[in-house]
Amino acid sequence: MTDQTVRAPQTVTRTPRARAEGEEAYLEVTDLHVQFPTADGKVQAVQGLSYALPLRRTLAIVGESGSGKSVSSMAILGLHDRKSTWISGSIKVGGKEVVGMSEKDLMSYRGADAAMIFQDPQSSLHPFFTIGAQITESYRAHHNVSKRAAKARAVDMLGRVGIPNPSRRVDQYPHEFSGGMRQRAMIAMALVNDPKLLIADEPTTALDVTVQAQILDLIADLQRDFGSAVVFITHDLGVVAEIADDILVMYGGNAVEHGPVEKILGSPLHPYSWGLLESIPAVSGTPGPLHPIPGSPPSLLAMPSGCAFHPRCEFRDRVGGDLCRTLKPELIPRTADQGRTSRCHLKEPDKVFETEVLPRLP
Amino acid sequence: MTTTDKSGIKRVAGAPLLELNDVKMHFRTKGEGLLARGTKWVQAVDGVSLTVQPGETLGLVGESGCGKSTTARLITRLLEPTAGEIKYEGVDIAHMSERKLRPYRREIQLIFQDPYSSLNPRHTVGTIVGTALRTHGMVPKGGELKRVQELLEVVGLNPEHYNRYPHEFSGGQRQRIGIARALAARPKIIVADEPVSALDVSIQAQVMNLLENLRKELGIAFVFIAHDLGVVRHFCDRVAVMYLGRMVEEGPRDALYETPQHPYTQALLSAVPDIGVVRGVPPKHRIRLVGDVPSPVDPPSGCRFRTRCWKAEEICATSDPALERKPVGDTVVACHFAEPPVESIVAEAV
Ligand SMILES: Nc1ncnc2c1ncn2[C@@H]1O[C@H](COP(=O)(O)OP(=O)(O)OP(=O)(O)O)[C@@H](O)[C@H]1O
Ligand SMILES: Nc1ncnc2c1ncn2[C@@H]1O[C@H](COP(=O)(O)OP(=O)(O)O)[C@@H](O)[C@H]1O
Ligand code: SF4
Ligand code: SF4
Ligand SMILES: [Mg+2]
Ligand SMILES: [Mg+2]
Repeated sequence: MTDQTVRAPQTVTRTPRARAEGEEAYLEVTDLHVQFPTADGKVQAVQGLSYALPLRRTLAIVGESGSGKSVSSMAILGLHDRKSTWISGSIKVGGKEVVGMSEKDLMSYRGADAAMIFQDPQSSLHPFFTIGAQITESYRAHHNVSKRAAKARAVDMLGRVGIPNPSRRVDQYPHEFSGGMRQRAMIAMALVNDPKLLIADEPTTALDVTVQAQILDLIADLQRDFGSAVVFITHDLGVVAEIADDILVMYGGNAVEHGPVEKILGSPLHPYSWGLLESIPAVSGTPGPLHPIPGSPPSLLAMPSGCAFHPRCEFRDRVGGDLCRTLKPELIPRTADQGRTSRCHLKEPDKVFETEVLPRLP
Repeated sequence: MTTTDKSGIKRVAGAPLLELNDVKMHFRTKGEGLLARGTKWVQAVDGVSLTVQPGETLGLVGESGCGKSTTARLITRLLEPTAGEIKYEGVDIAHMSERKLRPYRREIQLIFQDPYSSLNPRHTVGTIVGTALRTHGMVPKGGELKRVQELLEVVGLNPEHYNRYPHEFSGGQRQRIGIARALAARPKIIVADEPVSALDVSIQAQVMNLLENLRKELGIAFVFIAHDLGVVRHFCDRVAVMYLGRMVEEGPRDALYETPQHPYTQALLSAVPDIGVVRGVPPKHRIRLVGDVPSPVDPPSGCRFRTRCWKAEEICATSDPALERKPVGDTVVACHFAEPPVESIVAEAV
């Protein structure tokens, strides 16, 4: 017979972390523009994005597909093709300017200062080399060590990301790993050089919830141990609520709202953020009707004038004159609270949220 | 009493609209590696039973590879099951010939996850929906175009856009085209395999509201597959949880979400990230499952969840738990030690 202690599941509870307040920014993006000249015209993927992030803090970037999340993040790693991409503005990482950095400097910058994990592990794991060989190679690119020492490091990293039997697994090929294990291996590879900035682009979107939960714990643990800054791109607001300190909401290539997670998810100030919250059915509480945002996201070839959200916004008539259609709002504090910013002309958005939006959330 | 209508469908009075009894689908595969000899069988679906009443929505959830899509293809008879019964209005269609199936193919429609690949890129929307009307003999007196335009309007598309091609529409709009095509047949039941998973949240909510209106106004029953447990909770009357080809728990929505009895259901629900934490809902105790889902080629003996279950005992390896109602709880569950959550795993999330 088994007793009660054996019968209890192993559980974890994510506790809110102590915030790193008032620290100096490690990542600083200023007025970033990224454009792709194409046959159909100029794709304005990112249009003047600015934000800052200190070490030990997690920023979640949310927004619809095509809103510029991946394009802006790839610019931070210097991953865009120079010939076909036009980039302006500034991206400072640990004081280094990344925009315009030479390919040679980028090579030593990537991996050690900043690293990225992608939604699809296939894109960063090569099918023909063992997992161990790939992690070892990343490590040796930044450290002058023997192959044996580098392999020991690879085994250690695989163990840390929770791969069982790492000394045997290190010699296996990607196809011998399950989807969740490949994701872990990619995280091990991204972290092997202790990067100070980790960018995770929808790292769990393709995974099942139980595996997703493991990966989220893993990223949180590693961040605590390494003290890195993390940019986490996702469209799942549940994930954001559980792991992020700050949120940046993007729409049509720009930030429309930015601030601490409890504030932005608890009482957002931008009509687009309201629309997102009204679109998500909850797993708990009383199920209520959804109120989707009408229409679809804008074409980046022909952005709407003024506020990019105005064609879909039900509050534009509340704003005097033709302001929403003619003048692009600035990303600035809209209430007495200086710790959060939003890009919208609407007066007293906090009151509108309390009285009109909150009562109808699903 | 059994009646046969002019469509050729035999209907048994009082029978459920859809009933699956112990359905199995085993795919033959070649063994892998040098030592593999002979054929192996992927037990993609291995004993699924469910019923759907007219106008009802049954949600199907579970991890990738557990057999949801295979179940969808069995219900719509794109696959012929290895074993078991698939009854539509009381008549077993599991091994029915293609000719006899024709009227059933009209009443049981499938909507796919991927709005891109399920529409022929060389056909206009009018042709796509019109072909469905003709295939099922549903062209009304007023003419094909008029009905096509009506259907486009029902799903929220501009009826004047009937001569446009799929690539001229957004993802959400393409999913609406797929829905219009399904509606052309005037189905009694729609099997929707991840119909909103590929869509952005704001568009996903639009499509869900559309499906909900169709359900209310046309009384269509749904088997609704999704991996998003919030979406399923929103849309379904009843929910079934699958694990490795089997159904492990099934019941009314609120019972399943609030007092799940199967350890796997409890683990699955506890793993869903909840936006409630920022509104002061205390963080939940998440059950940490160890190990991976075993291969459906060589599933564990007895209870298939036992390799990851914290409650497993000897009997779990030797005896296969039946899906049955227990003295307590409102769900049917396949577990020797089923009980409502001991820790208030789910209670805290409310
Ligand atoms: N034609 C086939 N031949 C061999 N194996 C198959 C075939 N179709 C499906 N399978 C296997 O059957 C199992 C169930 O597959 P199915 O597509 O039903 O899963 P699912 O629950 O829909 O998963 P997902 O959530 O990833 O869509 C998987 O292991 C799959 O690889
Ligand atoms: N190399 C490229 N050439 C042209 N357009 C591109 C290129 N890469 C991305 N885009 C476009 O830029 C926009 C933003 O893309 P992305 O940042 O990937 O969006 P997301 O927010 O979904 O990550 C999209 O419209 C995309 O099609
Ligand atoms: S600026 Fe105007 S259109 Fe834009 S979000 Fe605010 S109210 Fe809506
Ligand atoms: S039957 Fe046994 S192994 Fe299976 S879920 Fe129940 S307790 Fe766990
Ligand atoms: Mg992206
Ligand atoms: Mg599937």
